[in-house]
Amino acid sequence: MVPLSWYLALSAVLFTIGVVGVLIQRNVIALFMCIELMLNAVNLSLIAFSRLHNNVTGQLFVFIVMAVAAAEAAVGLAIIISLFRSRETLNVDEADLLKL
Amino acid sequence: MEIAHILFLGLAALAVVAAFNVILQRNPIYSAIGLIIVLCSLAALFLTLNAQFISAMQIIVYAGAIMVLFVFVIMLLNVRAEETKTDKQKYLKWLAAPLFLALLAEVMAVVRYVNLTPQPLPSANNVSDPRTVLGTVENVAYGMFTDYVIPFEAASVLILMAIVGSMLLARREKQEDVERIEKALAGQQEEEKIEEEVAV
Repeated sequence: MVPLSWYLALSAVLFTIGVVGVLIQRNVIALFMCIELMLNAVNLSLIAFSRLHNNVTGQLFVFIVMAVAAAEAAVGLAIIISLFRSRETLNVDEADLLKL
Repeated sequence: MEIAHILFLGLAALAVVAAFNVILQRNPIYSAIGLIIVLCSLAALFLTLNAQFISAMQIIVYAGAIMVLFVFVIMLLNVRAEETKTDKQKYLKWLAAPLFLALLAEVMAVVRYVNLTPQPLPSANNVSDPRTVLGTVENVAYGMFTDYVIPFEAASVLILMAIVGSMLLARREKQEDVERIEKALAGQQEEEKIEEEVAV
């Protein structure tokens, strides 16, 4: 069997790459994709712990996380569309005021 | 080295390379393709961890629904790659590499002491009740509809709210509606002013 630490290390690497992506990307859609990457990294470690303890709770938690990610993507992309309508840009540095 | 180790290393290398592709590409459509590869290799890794149902959900929900939404929005907004020319916060780029290495070293220092290996499970074909084997549809459904039925219902309410909210946000408002709302708000403010005067 593959040791648990390998899965945890992969999860940590993917999460860290997602954090770096949030720092270096300035396109709001790419920022969203980095957040999805971090969510998936955490899902991997939840499933690995679920396998270690032979307990289904971790998998159910991953299921709920997927529902939250779907809701977040739908609302976030709607916000991005209305932001693009009012500002004609997707750069997050331009979106620094609440009013237009 | 067992075949499971080789499979894990191959999938992990694919996931990490694709994840770097997500954050380093300038054009969001290439980032989206990288993310789809990460999601598919994670789905394969879930299969090696006895999470068959979650693996199928990963492909259907993430790679199928969420990424289609992303690609749809990218193509709808028709963003050009030259969007990045105004980069106000350049220092973040130089901060990112040391932070990456520091966070990675920190986590690896912890993970080094994790000395656990999952024990092999029985095959679902060899048991009388598939509910007792981790990750089968029976097992996941039994947990979801007995102990965790309230989180499940809360998730469905959340998705309903997301549907209504995203339609409301992305809707283009008609000019007459905007005028009607502004008139109503102005009337409300006048009423409040009258009430304040009465109170005084």
